[in-house]
Amino acid sequence: MELAIFVIFAALALVSALVVVLHRDPVKSTLSLVVTLFSTGVLFILLGAPFIGVLQVLVYTGAIVVLFLFVVMLLNLQREARRAEPGGHGQKLFAGLGALAFVAFTGVALWRATAGAETAPLTPDLVDLQSFAADLFGGYLLPFEVVGILLLVAVIAAFIVAKRPEPASGERPAASDPEGPR
Amino acid sequence: MIVPVSWYLVLAAVLFVVGTAGALTRRNGITIFLSIELMLNSVNLTLVGYSRLLEDRTGQIVVLFVLAVAAAEAAVGLALFIALYRHRRTIDLDRVNLMRW
Repeated sequence: MELAIFVIFAALALVSALVVVLHRDPVKSTLSLVVTLFSTGVLFILLGAPFIGVLQVLVYTGAIVVLFLFVVMLLNLQREARRAEPGGHGQKLFAGLGALAFVAFTGVALWRATAGAETAPLTPDLVDLQSFAADLFGGYLLPFEVVGILLLVAVIAAFIVAKRPEPASGERPAASDPEGPR
Repeated sequence: MIVPVSWYLVLAAVLFVVGTAGALTRRNGITIFLSIELMLNSVNLTLVGYSRLLEDRTGQIVVLFVLAVAAAEAAVGLALFIALYRHRRTIDLDRVNLMRW
């Protein structure tokens, strides 16, 4: 049963990851990323981290990907996507070769490091949300607070960067604002 | 049957490579960003896998921080793309080379 779930969702994650990378249309790439992230969330739950799995679906697919979709549709990139990707056959070839080499190296290394290790059955302690919270708000309280500040800074930065620029003095006010009413 | 953790780790390595290849070969800024998210996600899978193997909760806690940093990164990056598009009318990263060499 566990094996079946693993195979299904691993294959789903792999195929949708390939679609993310290979598809021309950014909207479809983004929607495919939802499938990848959801499948990985299921794998998290299989690995005995149900909280992380739920969080993955909530935060990643619920918030981050929606943000991506929002920007893709806001910028209306269809025209850009339709234009052929210029040249780059050599680049793609070498990227593919490098990818294969990396998979081979890390695959062998990970396999050798962990294949002998017998995977113990899940312990209730690893899945327990209460002790997870105790750890998070105990030993990791400072990083937790720092992450909170980081998010605040990111929100402010995003707002400032994406804000429509004030019509600067000395510039042509009409032409400097391409998003203006037409 | 318990699925061995090494299978998860190899899957994570493959996903990471798919993301890397995408980030290196694509030109559309959004797609490169999606590839980076893919890479972060595969690292999360590795962390949770080792957390399971070593029966240590630290990996899961680090994943929580990675999620938060990914959210911050997405917010700032997408804001940059919006600003970029407003100025240059493109997010084709081959045509945005203002700060390249």
